[in-house]
Amino acid sequence: MIEHFLPAASSFAHEVDFTFDLIFWLVGFWFILSELVFFWLILRFRKKDGVKGQYITGELKSEKRWITIPHMLVLLCDVLILFFAIRTWYDIKQYLPPAEETVRVVGQQWAWSFELPGPDGKLGTADDIRTVDELHVQVGRVYHFKLEARDVVHSFSVPAFRLKQDAMPGRVITGWFKPIKTGSFDIQCTQICGIGHGIMGAQLVVETPEQHAAWIAEHSTTSVAAAQRPSAGD
Amino acid sequence: MAQSHPAAPHAPHEAHGHHEEASFWSKYFFSTDHKMIAMQYMITGMAMGMIAAFFSYVFRMQMAFPNSHVPGWGLVTPAQYNELITNHGAIMVFWVAMPVLIAAFGNFLIPLMLGADDMVFPKINRLSYQVFLLSALVLIASWFVPGGGFGGAWTMYPPLSAKAAYSLTPHGSTMFVVAVALEFVAFLLGGINFVTTAMNSRAPGMKMYDVPIVVWFIVIASIMFMASVGPLIAGAIMLIFDQTIGTAFFDPVRGGDPLLWQHLFWFFGHPEVYVVLLPAMGIVADVMATFSRKKLFAYKTILYTAFATGVLSFTVWAHHQFVAGIDPRMANIFTVTTLLISVPIAEMCFVYIATLYGGSITLSTPMLWALSFVGEFLIGGVTGIFLGSSGTDIYLHDTYFVLAHFHYTFFPIAIIGTFAGFTYWFPKMSGKMLNETLGKIHFWGTIIPFNGIFLPLFVTGMAGDQRRIYDHNNFPELATPLLQHLREFATISLVVMLLFQVFFFVNVFWSLWKGKKAERNPWKANTLEWMADSPPPHGNFQELPTVYRGPYEYSVPGRTEDYWPQNVPN
Repeated sequence: MIEHFLPAASSFAHEVDFTFDLIFWLVGFWFILSELVFFWLILRFRKKDGVKGQYITGELKSEKRWITIPHMLVLLCDVLILFFAIRTWYDIKQYLPPAEETVRVVGQQWAWSFELPGPDGKLGTADDIRTVDELHVQVGRVYHFKLEARDVVHSFSVPAFRLKQDAMPGRVITGWFKPIKTGSFDIQCTQICGIGHGIMGAQLVVETPEQHAAWIAEHSTTSVAAAQRPSAGD
Repeated sequence: MAQSHPAAPHAPHEAHGHHEEASFWSKYFFSTDHKMIAMQYMITGMAMGMIAAFFSYVFRMQMAFPNSHVPGWGLVTPAQYNELITNHGAIMVFWVAMPVLIAAFGNFLIPLMLGADDMVFPKINRLSYQVFLLSALVLIASWFVPGGGFGGAWTMYPPLSAKAAYSLTPHGSTMFVVAVALEFVAFLLGGINFVTTAMNSRAPGMKMYDVPIVVWFIVIASIMFMASVGPLIAGAIMLIFDQTIGTAFFDPVRGGDPLLWQHLFWFFGHPEVYVVLLPAMGIVADVMATFSRKKLFAYKTILYTAFATGVLSFTVWAHHQFVAGIDPRMANIFTVTTLLISVPIAEMCFVYIATLYGGSITLSTPMLWALSFVGEFLIGGVTGIFLGSSGTDIYLHDTYFVLAHFHYTFFPIAIIGTFAGFTYWFPKMSGKMLNETLGKIHFWGTIIPFNGIFLPLFVTGMAGDQRRIYDHNNFPELATPLLQHLREFATISLVVMLLFQVFFFVNVFWSLWKGKKAERNPWKANTLEWMADSPPPHGNFQELPTVYRGPYEYSVPGRTEDYWPQNVPN
């Protein structure tokens, strides 16, 4: 259902969408059923002249059944939902596949800045590529992000990836994503961070290996080194 | 201290004789009468609600028609936008839902429904309102200090709330936290009173299982509030110290931890949802029993589900923090407890629906409100599953889906629950009947636009619309015409809904002035408050009642009347 509005651009986006749809149909069933019974009872038992209400305590087993059986079934649905919810959570947040690239993401009032490894492929060296409000990544690679906040709590959210992680000042939080679709997607700050919160967006540009290699070459300070890099696509 | 059950039948009147010739000032401002304190809370709460409603009008206009002139306000700056949403949320939770549902209805109903002449601590009760009023005044004053009011969301996450350099509201943020802390003190004072009164002042013969559900629920809510608020009061004081004297409880650079605040806040914040939910559900239970002429289905089950909800609600708080940087393994525990809480809540809804079976239902205005509570709250309940489930919350956290979800719980609680209770007990409070036609116009004019506001916001939330953004056009994925139309639809619905509130005020003032006089028991209900005069005098009952049965003995076979008041001997 979410895909109707937004592309599913990361490897785990479909899993989130599936869990969402599953919950939708399960709770949708209970919701429709409850509302139908509810409205039917209101219409069926409207006040009629000469008809008194019935005296039902609801304490007898035969009456309580009407509550206990649905409530067991709700519990069953909960267990089913929990299975998929936790599996989705595990795959996105708990499990960390080995990194093919690592980027640093820094939130501050009110901009996102990013550091990519330069031609040497290592983060934290002199040839790192620093960008503001634009993160360029390559499709099909597993990225680790090291998320930091300079001042207040921010939240790194890429709706098309179904990814969200708060950035906590004083900590470096590691997460991952693997883009599977090329294109330009929104990065939003989703934790209120002061008066500029409403403009704290950035773009995440997912490129083909060739485009990405070209972009790296164009932006690296030492273009010679870029040429010497064995292969930007490995 | 009021004596609940003096031996002499007319003792309550005599004991309070000196109040009869009280001056205007001491009658309306320094009264210790629980009914007057209830009115003070009700009127203050509704006045604050009107401010919050105006705020919502201003920021919704900005959502629908960004950066245009809002009639009655002007251009909305980003700082103002943050201030408006922050104060809207805080007011609706702390200065509307709590004072109206717990304090106003609690104060009015607990002594009357228990057959007592007043609260057990009338002076603490008066102090509670005075502290509450002070907290509201501090909040209002915070909007007018240099730098403006606080705009860091009602959740006040540090470091944004802790440092003026980040929030840009040096005085506003401190006053905001002080106001919230004072409000907590007021409700601690009130809560002690409610619990003690319910335990000690029940009419002779009234056993625990003869207590009306609404009283039970207000008492459970008060206990939950008092048990959960301690950590947050400590947190609020730490935050005030961080703001004013430079401590570093939440400053990571100097050894503090911003995440600590989030735990303290939500440890209180989630039980708080049930603190305001339970009184509203109690009101709905009583109204539904009366107007369907039915005994509540499985009274004890309702109580036990409330206990279960109360206990479970203390174990779910970190579902607000799934993506806040907590240990990911911890999220698994909290997602289990969160989904478990759907079981007692679903059961409670089933019980309410089952109560209608075999009834003789009159769709009066209070009953329409009560029924719509069940119908609408179900939407809020089921959409909570999407958010309690950790996997989908990664995507939905802090989107308009969350916003629509909690408005589908909070609107039934704070607005529908209030109107259900207000229209039901208005004859007792004022001695006058409300006009049914105006009441029904007001009902439909509120319920239909309410759905018009928040159903579209579920859709924008699913599409990734994030909260607390003053102009979505800054984000390409959110600037689509479809989403903008949905936002406009929501805003127009809001304006329509607010306009229909005129019918409510006309109805109230017209009824007070020219309405039909209310009898003692216009709805033919069973509970004790209907045995007192309308409105009840200071001291409540001519003769303190004795209780012979439970509160919901409607349509008992073998009786000509379809109701059987609690105080009528067999």
